[in-house]
Amino acid sequence: MKIVRRAAGSAGLRVSALALACAFTAVACGGNGAGDTGGKPTIGIVALNLSNPFFGTLEKATENAAKAKGWKVMKAEAKTPGDSATQVTAIENMIANKVKAIVVTPASATALNGVLKRAEEQGILVLAVNAPLKPDSTAAATYATDNVAAGKLIGQWAKASAPAGAGVAMLDFDLSDAPSADRHKGFLDGYGIAASALAGKALTKGTEDTGQQEMENLLSAHPGINVVYTINEPTARGAYTAIKNKGRAGKVVLVSVDGACSGVQDVRDGVIGATAMQFPDKMGQKAVQAAAAYIKDGTKPEGGIVDSGTQLITDRPVKGLASQTSQWGLEHCWGPK
Amino acid sequence: MAGGVRESDIAELETPLRARRDLRSLVTHQIFGPLLALVVAVIVFALTTSTFFNSGNLALIAQQSVVVGTLALGQTLIILTSGIDLANGAIMVLGSVVIGKMAVGNDPVLAAVVGLVVCVALGAVNGALVSWLKLPPFIVTLGVMSVVMAAARLYTDSQSYPITSDFLTVLNDGPAIGGVTITYGVMLWIGLTAVLGFALTQTSWGVRVYAVGDNTRAAELSGIKVRRVLLSVYVVAGLVYALAAWQALGRTPTADPSGYANGNLDSITAVVIGGTSLLGGRGGVVGTLIGALIVSVLQNGLTQAGIDSLYQQVATGVLVIVAVGVDHLARRRQQR
Repeated sequence: MKIVRRAAGSAGLRVSALALACAFTAVACGGNGAGDTGGKPTIGIVALNLSNPFFGTLEKATENAAKAKGWKVMKAEAKTPGDSATQVTAIENMIANKVKAIVVTPASATALNGVLKRAEEQGILVLAVNAPLKPDSTAAATYATDNVAAGKLIGQWAKASAPAGAGVAMLDFDLSDAPSADRHKGFLDGYGIAASALAGKALTKGTEDTGQQEMENLLSAHPGINVVYTINEPTARGAYTAIKNKGRAGKVVLVSVDGACSGVQDVRDGVIGATAMQFPDKMGQKAVQAAAAYIKDGTKPEGGIVDSGTQLITDRPVKGLASQTSQWGLEHCWGPK
Repeated sequence: MAGGVRESDIAELETPLRARRDLRSLVTHQIFGPLLALVVAVIVFALTTSTFFNSGNLALIAQQSVVVGTLALGQTLIILTSGIDLANGAIMVLGSVVIGKMAVGNDPVLAAVVGLVVCVALGAVNGALVSWLKLPPFIVTLGVMSVVMAAARLYTDSQSYPITSDFLTVLNDGPAIGGVTITYGVMLWIGLTAVLGFALTQTSWGVRVYAVGDNTRAAELSGIKVRRVLLSVYVVAGLVYALAAWQALGRTPTADPSGYANGNLDSITAVVIGGTSLLGGRGGVVGTLIGALIVSVLQNGLTQAGIDSLYQQVATGVLVIVAVGVDHLARRRQQR
């Protein structure tokens, strides 16, 4: 997703990152090696912002699965959320190199449509991971988390765990980002609260420092807040610092989404009440499976958006809501442990 | 502050005239505009929300300002020399993750010293490239920013490190006065502003800094060793960024390679809103302190008023443009 275990990027950084990314892409993609040389098929992996461990995990899982099949891999990366230009260039290079399939984590839902159509016309199988394209038929199949479902899970858990007379607050990431908007909507549905009934809401950048700052501001205005949704786990940890500084640790129900190992550890430590885990490695593996069938005999995947699954992680299970413990979570989490 | 109007002897004798001139010099003083903006913002939020104007919230705003505010002090020094530092946020982040990672299993004081050395060394690299090779500061710091940011991520594997050492988070503590905590971080920030303000206005080093920023060629002709001044400014700025890293560890007790992604631009914003000219040679650190407070007041107040935080960016952006506009007009008037 464009978010965000950590959304990044100052404008200044973008300028340089773009320049770097172009240079990188030229190296990664401009090299020789047509897709068919030596009988080994080549697949292209177009990743997003690898400084974010979520995308790092997704890319590595895809690459490892492809290499296990003996394929060659061409890689490219957009350096910041929304950096579609680098991805377009990378895909053009991959078409020129006659790859058999392209697995793309789109930086934008629509910006890649033209170049991906050209890829398809060349007989290249296009697979999206993490977030769908618009229309989603632009890719032969999409492997992604259902973020509405993820938001719903933590919304339901929060509702069941909330103290009486709850004041609910939401710490979001830019809602023009589709996964962010989906989680937001899912949480409201799951909790059963209208956006207008929230005690407070604020936009963060999906990072710990911005999560802390906005939580401080909300608590200052509404000291009664005791249920907090956060867009991701770093934001949750920042919010927790603000809550703790206010002397309200243990009195606020904090929920999040992602399932990074550091986030699951925070569930175990009681910082976060519950989180909805995503499975980036499954997304990559499923994409490679689909590519394998296509390379073997031209079979295309069934299509549409394939949910890569969401798991509620909490050590305080509630009735009627399936969940796993933080212990299980630590065995299945992604990112640095 | 530089640019204070000297009263003539006659004015000394004529009290009413002096009073009027005092008022005029106050109004034309560089920090008058920022101060007015701060006061207006505080009054507006105090009237429109029930929760903004209380000692706890005001102390909170000060605490929220310290990291970017400290970064902005270093940025002010560099902008006064008509330079710019795009790398300061990255340098601070690298300093903080070096401290955070080294503190695991090591003496936290040692870790802090190493972090400080890293920040100062990077300041020196910027300074050497700008002063000796005469490369444009924008380009130098743009390059250094990329390298340093990548270094922070490589060093940490994009992981964050929780800080448990009391020494490293001490800046978040402080005496409580009437139930309101005035943190050591806030004291350090104000103290540092005072020290740098004194150095800029009361020492020959400060005079040279302003001279170099105002007109490098003229400064050179008058015998100022421009290279040495520039290098010293970037080194002092590096030291200030190390203190900002310490501030950050106190505020958010984690060393996070992804944090403060906008530190460079936020610090430039505070400097510009604080009335320091991007063309160099004009402004000062007290204005910057006020500029940083204005940004925090807007963010805090708009959140408390329940207004979408995107409007905070709108308001900040408008203020930046107004500040640059005022500076531009002042310069034009002076040139006539």
